[in-house]
Amino acid sequence: MSDLNNTMINKYRTSFLKEVEANVEEGEWVKMCMQCGVCAGSCPLGKHWAHPPQEIFMMIRAGKREEVLTSDSMWMCTSCYNCIARCPRGLPITHIMHGLAHYAQRLNLVPQQQPTQRFAKVFWENMLKKGRVNELKLGLSLYFIDGFGQGVKNAMANQKLGQNMMKAKRMSPMEILGGHGVKNPGELQKIIAKAQALEDARISGNS
Amino acid sequence: MTEVIATNQTILVVGGGISGMTAALEAAETGKKVVLVEKRPYVGGRVTQLYKYFPKLCFPTCGLEINQRRAKMNPNLTILTMAEVTGIQGEAGDYTATVKISPRYVNDNCTGCGDCATAVEAEFDNEFNYGLGGVSKRKGAYLPHKMAHPQRYVIDPAIIGTDDAEKAKGACKYNAVDLEMQEETIEFKAGAVVWATGWQPYDANRIQPYGYDRFANVITNVEFERMADPQGPTGGKLLRPSDGKEAKNVAFIQCAGSRDHNHLLHCSRICCMATLKQTHFVQDAWGDEGKSTIYYIDIRAIDRFEDFYQSVKANPNVSFIKSKVASIVENTENGNPVLHGVDTEGYNRYASEYDLVVLAVGMEPSVDKASFPVDIVVNEEGFIEPAPENGGIFAAGCASDALDVNRAVQQATGAALRAIQVVNRVAGTEG
Repeated sequence: MSDLNNTMINKYRTSFLKEVEANVEEGEWVKMCMQCGVCAGSCPLGKHWAHPPQEIFMMIRAGKREEVLTSDSMWMCTSCYNCIARCPRGLPITHIMHGLAHYAQRLNLVPQQQPTQRFAKVFWENMLKKGRVNELKLGLSLYFIDGFGQGVKNAMANQKLGQNMMKAKRMSPMEILGGHGVKNPGELQKIIAKAQALEDARISGNS
Repeated sequence: MTEVIATNQTILVVGGGISGMTAALEAAETGKKVVLVEKRPYVGGRVTQLYKYFPKLCFPTCGLEINQRRAKMNPNLTILTMAEVTGIQGEAGDYTATVKISPRYVNDNCTGCGDCATAVEAEFDNEFNYGLGGVSKRKGAYLPHKMAHPQRYVIDPAIIGTDDAEKAKGACKYNAVDLEMQEETIEFKAGAVVWATGWQPYDANRIQPYGYDRFANVITNVEFERMADPQGPTGGKLLRPSDGKEAKNVAFIQCAGSRDHNHLLHCSRICCMATLKQTHFVQDAWGDEGKSTIYYIDIRAIDRFEDFYQSVKANPNVSFIKSKVASIVENTENGNPVLHGVDTEGYNRYASEYDLVVLAVGMEPSVDKASFPVDIVVNEEGFIEPAPENGGIFAAGCASDALDVNRAVQQATGAALRAIQVVNRVAGTEG
């Protein structure tokens, strides 16, 4: 639990819907859901979710703040956009799911072992260093995410895949020495930091 | 050449469905001269293709018979069938209409005996039965339906120039077949226009996940209506198209193409009641063996229809599932459609199999926004707005909004009154 989380709980005590509308990307669409269920039925991973999208929207309106924000449901979205294509009200469901995931992460409420968010963090940090994804380092960080022993096991199990990627020039062993990147990664990091600051200011302005 | 006597005190009614007929008859019975232009070879429109009305479950043939009789008896009313308005020029009190009349190839000597149809061999899909037209075909010379008005046969233009056309001519004892008839374009005056071009069922092929174009046993509500009709393609038996098997377990999908920003934005208003009515067809056909399941977002049985809804709800053979079906796949072994989705009361994921699926498709205006032959204010959904800019042109029935028959008739009577006011003004200035 973060301080920001406590602030938000106090501020929006009466309405989780208002909190979502103010702070979650595309959150103002949540009230437009008419509970037809076509998103849930159309989701290829739907049966693996604890709560399908239209249930999440209903839970938001019912004020089930903790259940929603600590849920792993929105982390299960693979951005296939089936729900957006079929939603009769035109809700940007995929974007709302990502918005909710991002907001939960910001409030530090995400279940820590949720694999998608662990991957997302590793991916983001990897990309931020050079402005390009370093496939080799990304692969290695993911292998060793659960410790050294498991990492070695993972690396052995995927040995063939790694070799094939190198043969096909999809991955270079030289990437271990720094690797490729954009011309001026420092500037990119500044842009990101500025964007981060603007968003922090917006959210704390709401708190 | 077709002669139409009309002045700028004449009311032109475009479209001879239930709304156009009502407007035309109401105006003619007040003593006004009326010309009714209908695209089909007969009047009555889509109401002729209904088996029963809701909520009384009575037959549309009854009201049609009364209206057709009123039409026959009234000397003020001229009906042009197989005719289309291609242009209207002028202003309120002084319009000139251009009308294109397609050849019927049968003149008014026709007694409706049917000898031409017996003689002709060529068969065509029967458009009267919508997509089930192939189940029982019609001849190249045909009466569109049993009580068609005018009671005159039609010769399909596709057989003109073939031996079949000569056979039809040869078989006619009354010299009614005229193969030399040509398309003609006429012009006449009118003081006011009632626009009653009605609706068409939304094209179910466009609702891709429901597979109307791929699965024989997914049909539309208008087709189910034809199926239940004893005069229909299956003789009134509920038999599914793929194999003629008895359809005892039927699913209805509401809002198929309505209230959907990918399809029609508006609620079509009639589909909930149409489905509730059609559960009676299933019950009447199979008794307790007949099961209906309605997939819905919410049931919109407005005002006095609530009683009808409650009585259907009380029927243990009808179940209601609150869910917009996500997709339909076909069980290839038995041809059963399988419905996939999530029931939003309890969030249960289902994969349910039925004998037949009926899509409750909605109403869209039959005239495309871009192809009105006259300047007219049309809203986002394609319906005509009651705007002052429309001058002496007034929308009646489903050209103005998605309406059931009852409301369409009320609305058409209102439109007739508006038109009468315009021609009365003309009479005042001229007289």
